[in-house]
Amino acid sequence: MTKSAATPLDPRSFDLVAFGLAAVLALHAPHLPWWLGVTLASILGLRWWQRRRQRARTPAWLKLPLLAALLLSIVSWYGNLFGQAPGAALAVGLLVLKLLETETARDARVGMSFACFTLMAALLFDQSLTATTTVALGLLPPLAALRSLEPGRRAPPALWRELLPGLGLLAAALPLALLAFLLLPRLNSPLWGAPNTGEQRTGLSDRMTPAGFTQLLVDDSPALRVSFDGPPPPPDLRYFRAYVMGHYDGSSWTYRDAANQPPVPVEAAQTIRYHVSLEPTRQRVLPTLDVPLAAPPGASLRRDREVIADKPVDSLRDYTLESATRYRLEPQLGRHRARWLQLPAGFDPRTLALGRSWRARYGSDDAAIVQAALALFRDGGFRYTLAPAPLGRDAMDDFLFDTREGFCEHYSSAFTVLMRAAGIPARVVTGYQGGYWNALGGYLLVRNSDAHAWSEVWLAGRGWVRVDPTAAVRPQRISQGAAAAVPGQLPWYQSGWLQSMRNRWDIVNRWWNLGVNGFDALRQRGLLKPFGIRDADPSTLALLLAVACVLAMAAGLAWVWRRREPEDPARIALRQLERKLARQGVARQAGEGPRDYLQRAARMLPAQHDRLTELMHRYLELRYAHPEPTSESLRALQRAVRDFPVVRMVK
Amino acid sequence: MRSNLRRLAQRARVRAERRLPALTRLRQPEPLPIELGRRRIYIVPTAFGLGFGVLLLVMLVGALNYANNAALLLTCMLGAATAASMLLAFRTLDGLSLRGIRAGHAVAGEPLELVLDFAAQRPRESVRLDCAGESLAFAVQGTTELRLRLATTRRGWLALPRFKLWSTWPLGLFRAWSWLHPQQSVLVWPRPEAAGPPPVLPGDARECLRPQAGEELAALRDYRRGDAPRHIAWKASARHHDLLVKDFDRPEPRETWRLEWDALRTLDREARIARLARWLGDAEAQGRRYSLQLPNERIDIGSGPAHYARCMSALAVLP
Repeated sequence: MTKSAATPLDPRSFDLVAFGLAAVLALHAPHLPWWLGVTLASILGLRWWQRRRQRARTPAWLKLPLLAALLLSIVSWYGNLFGQAPGAALAVGLLVLKLLETETARDARVGMSFACFTLMAALLFDQSLTATTTVALGLLPPLAALRSLEPGRRAPPALWRELLPGLGLLAAALPLALLAFLLLPRLNSPLWGAPNTGEQRTGLSDRMTPAGFTQLLVDDSPALRVSFDGPPPPPDLRYFRAYVMGHYDGSSWTYRDAANQPPVPVEAAQTIRYHVSLEPTRQRVLPTLDVPLAAPPGASLRRDREVIADKPVDSLRDYTLESATRYRLEPQLGRHRARWLQLPAGFDPRTLALGRSWRARYGSDDAAIVQAALALFRDGGFRYTLAPAPLGRDAMDDFLFDTREGFCEHYSSAFTVLMRAAGIPARVVTGYQGGYWNALGGYLLVRNSDAHAWSEVWLAGRGWVRVDPTAAVRPQRISQGAAAAVPGQLPWYQSGWLQSMRNRWDIVNRWWNLGVNGFDALRQRGLLKPFGIRDADPSTLALLLAVACVLAMAAGLAWVWRRREPEDPARIALRQLERKLARQGVARQAGEGPRDYLQRAARMLPAQHDRLTELMHRYLELRYAHPEPTSESLRALQRAVRDFPVVRMVK
Repeated sequence: MRSNLRRLAQRARVRAERRLPALTRLRQPEPLPIELGRRRIYIVPTAFGLGFGVLLLVMLVGALNYANNAALLLTCMLGAATAASMLLAFRTLDGLSLRGIRAGHAVAGEPLELVLDFAAQRPRESVRLDCAGESLAFAVQGTTELRLRLATTRRGWLALPRFKLWSTWPLGLFRAWSWLHPQQSVLVWPRPEAAGPPPVLPGDARECLRPQAGEELAALRDYRRGDAPRHIAWKASARHHDLLVKDFDRPEPRETWRLEWDALRTLDREARIARLARWLGDAEAQGRRYSLQLPNERIDIGSGPAHYARCMSALAVLP
């Protein structure tokens, strides 16, 4: 043991160790700052090259400054060493530096087990099926490296074939792993800090500033998946509300919750039930189709019928809701009217003047003013683009009268300002619009690129009415989604057939999300109910887990203890003959040798006397005449037994 | 610190083995072939395995804490793979059999070469054998010969020590081991003395002196292809119709040595044996024929490796 721990690594093992570290680095590269990734990769490459050329150790004067540099750069980049991102960066960095001093089997073992740990840490950033599979495959080089450390192997195979046994091992481990996964008691509350809530993540924000969405609009990752009770609503009604923004400060719209106020009344004419599974957003808002009637458990309904969860959505969240799709929302505005007419003083004079001029022209016909604004967007030479020109201090003036290009944010913002200037209560609503209907899976896939902003105006007698000014400029945005709205402006991976492939592939991701990522304590309890376990508390689960592990190990031991003795073909043939004879009523008795048995059978079955006698002679000859029977004579016996007819006796 | 821990683990293992082999009949030597089975294979995690277990536990708690099901699933998978590797370690030894042991010849004080024949139905990798401080690693495919050098100290029958057969295949997390104690002895020859007088031969040995090769002309014969020209008897050939060649006597062994135990009365027992062993070696090296007379055995005149081995073995087993 001591000897083997100190033996220097052979080149193959070193290659596998370096390969394992490269896999870890590659998996973490997306979350590392690029300079760190590049530096670590070059350290890895240089060390590999150095060790290949000559078996020289890395000097200590090089190792210590590198370690210090790693710590310093991580602290200066992230601000601290702890937390998800800096911790992962630190782990990857230490792992790569470990290679510098990897000379013996012991070093390699330590490095490879730490590599397994670091691989798992990659899942903190992304839990999708693809990420999990990639990490599982990333386990193969460390496993292969550990195997290669064992002395006395047969000639080592090609590098890629070294990986296969690890795959087999993981595959064999899968049943037990699934059992453990199903039965491991889950924690009700985290033991220590949950993942960083302050982390930047693309998603809807409670503040809308022009150009703030563009990041979102090219982010193609799924945002939510919705399945409906009954048919899905048509594409132009797929509006998912998240934030209702009422306050404008001249540059940004903000969501301000009117605290401690009951939700405004809604008169629903038509409702729909649906089930949403929301990807983690690190935000508290739960998007809902149109106007929700009630909040799901663990969330509350705010005054303007936004659904706000009790805590940020850090993991996949499922909720079922009922919403009104035809409704009258807040028929009486009352004293809140002033809030929806708020405008900052001293901004956008030309826009305000335009709004006022419409009021003067159309009098009290609010609907005509709305139409006038939409006509302006439609016929006023406006262009839909994801990369609009920058706007100055009077953003809406610049947009409406100078640049005339923008996307949903600009249009909804300008429209709302115009309405308020004309004295019509109005507000901006952000959320998602559209989505891809996955017919095979029966659900609507809404991506982050489906993020959208529109307006609501309050009309007397009708309450809040949704108006989507973007649709006036670019109707395709509503009917076909963001990708169709700006052909040629989207990255290659969002276009054409690739997009439709991705949409189909999403069904697998949904199963993964439902089955694995969404498997929580609640689901665990539901799983055990059919087996008569009503309240699966942690101790019951632990007991079940122990039983399952013992059973699995017993199965493993049974497999291990089984010895496959090569069976004698002559004996197999005889057994087959015994079965045939037993069907005719001549069963072999315990303690009856083959000769006695077959002679008795021949006596009892006179019709087959000759055949049986011949079979007996053949068998006895095979058994006892030669030390090693020839394969032809064996085959002849097998054929004779197969052709032996079973004659039904009528007694 | 590390060595202390290792010594502690060693002691615990030895104690456990002392308790457990009640089931395993391991203390007594067994006749060959020895086949390893489940009742005699032990498994414990290695130090690395224990460390890896702690790491798995950390990963498990982390995954549960962050409610990260993907990481939890993979941790479970790695844990299950660890358990499977324990079974594989067992399977590396299970069914392995030691079919036979062949011993070479060695004089006391020099290592004796042993050839162990291992056989297995399935191929095995990374099986290791520890024997008296020596450690070997080998793979078994069908049958495998393992060469082992066994230190010897004194002549005579040497009982084989216990061999430890172990493996940490495939990941080094678990160590499976078993003891092999074959009921077989190997013969160690006596060590010849370094220097000493040549044998004093009894009188009757003299008559066996024969002409040395090339000393005396015996006859003339017809020339055959390949005869050296300097052997041609030119004078005689001139009187003959063919070439004649001087025929010399075939090289004969020199005097025959009759080595006798009783002739060395002045020496003590082991010194006598050592001297006889040296004479046997000298005789074999010089190509003499020799016989050996021992108190309880008489080996007739002969030569060659088999004869030498017979004589040395007779010396080795002297009481």
